[in-house]
Amino acid sequence: MKLKEHRLKLQAAPLLKQSMTTGQTMRDVLLALLPATLAGLWYFGLGALLVLIASIAGAMLTEWLFSPAESRMQRLSDNTALLTGLLLGLTLPPALPLWMAFIGGAASIGLGKLIWGGMGQNLFNPALVGRAFLLATFPIAMTTWSPQSGPTEFFQIYASNLAAPFMQSVYDGISAATPLGLMKFEQQSTGLWALVSGNTSGCIGETSGLLLLLGGLYLLLRRDLDWRIPAGILGTVALFSTTLYIVDSTHYPGPLFSVFSGGLLLGAIFMATDPVTSPLTPRGTWIFAVGIGVLVVLIRAYGGFPEGVMYAILLMNAATPLIDRYTQPRVFGKGIKNP
Amino acid sequence: MAKRKEDLQQEFIKGLWRDNPVFVQVLGMCPMLAVTNSAVNALAMGAATFFVLVGSSFLVSSLRRWIPKQVRISTYIIIIATFVTVTDFTLEALVPKIHKELGAFIPLIVVNCMILGRQEAFASRNSVRMAVMDALGMAAGFLFALLSLGAVREILGEGKLFGVSLFGPNFEPWVIMILPPGGFLTLGLILLFFSWIKQRKQRLEQRLAQLESEAR
Repeated sequence: MKLKEHRLKLQAAPLLKQSMTTGQTMRDVLLALLPATLAGLWYFGLGALLVLIASIAGAMLTEWLFSPAESRMQRLSDNTALLTGLLLGLTLPPALPLWMAFIGGAASIGLGKLIWGGMGQNLFNPALVGRAFLLATFPIAMTTWSPQSGPTEFFQIYASNLAAPFMQSVYDGISAATPLGLMKFEQQSTGLWALVSGNTSGCIGETSGLLLLLGGLYLLLRRDLDWRIPAGILGTVALFSTTLYIVDSTHYPGPLFSVFSGGLLLGAIFMATDPVTSPLTPRGTWIFAVGIGVLVVLIRAYGGFPEGVMYAILLMNAATPLIDRYTQPRVFGKGIKNP
Repeated sequence: MAKRKEDLQQEFIKGLWRDNPVFVQVLGMCPMLAVTNSAVNALAMGAATFFVLVGSSFLVSSLRRWIPKQVRISTYIIIIATFVTVTDFTLEALVPKIHKELGAFIPLIVVNCMILGRQEAFASRNSVRMAVMDALGMAAGFLFALLSLGAVREILGEGKLFGVSLFGPNFEPWVIMILPPGGFLTLGLILLFFSWIKQRKQRLEQRLAQLESEAR
């Protein structure tokens, strides 16, 4: 039986006749991620590119496989699966086996988006769901960080990238701690310039603070971004970590280190601002952002993990419907109390 | 006579598939999620539940005329608890290691809502033969569900099935699968699969009916 071509093509909101469609917004975000992605590839080489491709392939294939046959191309063409795969890939360690990255991409679309009813229905950020799934499933591979490869070794692929599916990976033997890991377990700080330029080990996309900020600025100018969320998160983290730093400067890092290390900028600019999983009202947005900031510092300072951005965002995602409910603006003409 | 026999078969089959206690009725979730981290545990739990359900269905059905309506639930519980105690001591004597791993979940069979539900809904209203057939079907369905969940979780979580290694020593275990979230995820995906099959069947039937009416 041949499938009928649909005359009326339905796509996700906003449906207004204007240039800002979902696909266009996603293209903007992809463009904004480009500098940080290129920097990640420059620092980690071809292996990182393969990880990104594997996670994008996992996300897009899952989206294709579990969409109704007549709207497959329509759904893929709005770029959300591509963006989710890329965002997930940027939060993975560069030496991760490719099959794990693929499963992560499939989990982020399958468990993070489609199970909830597809685009716009999900409670949690899909890319972070995929990452949380990977971290719980393969804890060792997800926390083995490789040192950066120099420009001469660009075409070298990490041996662990090519592990056979479902088999353990062989590591090159050299591993390097992330700045946050060094801070937490050895009380050793990393220089600010290394953090800003990205000359550290870590996830593919989280190394270069400057380029992430550049991407955020682009999104801000294109009005694809609610400035309150990154501002609230970064401000809270800076304030809270300054307080801790004043109390005990040997154990807790200063505000600049806190803001520029780990995945905070990537999370604050590109993940927490996901319009589906963040509150709608300005007041709710502030609560959401401050909540993430507080949780990030709490997890980093007192939790078992060196990094807490992922769990902080996921936890506040869960609180988003509640925040939306309590910050509903008063209906004009109604009394002070909520209806 | 032939019809009676068919009825009995129907009672058995419905528990296995159409009214499967786990996949369709979504009952007995507590042991389902808690003890299915390996196939052996799932099998032991399924066997224990099997014995308790069949035994108590038999007893409740044969005593149904003498159980006063007002205290029927407590009577069922006493009957179920008797069988659970027997199972508990038997497992402790025969397989102490598995008994220890299952822990509190053996005594907790008493409050398995699937068992109590069968007594209230079926065994107390039907003949002994029907009740036993129904219990056999339901218990087999429960065992099948436990076993499939346990097998998936053990294969992915440890690369083994019933303790036998399947993929060699280099297998990378999916740690999440033997942890509680793995149970929820696997069960959810299996439920998804079942409702997908159901929907597909319904759609096919609708299409068939439509074609038939068009042909007329």
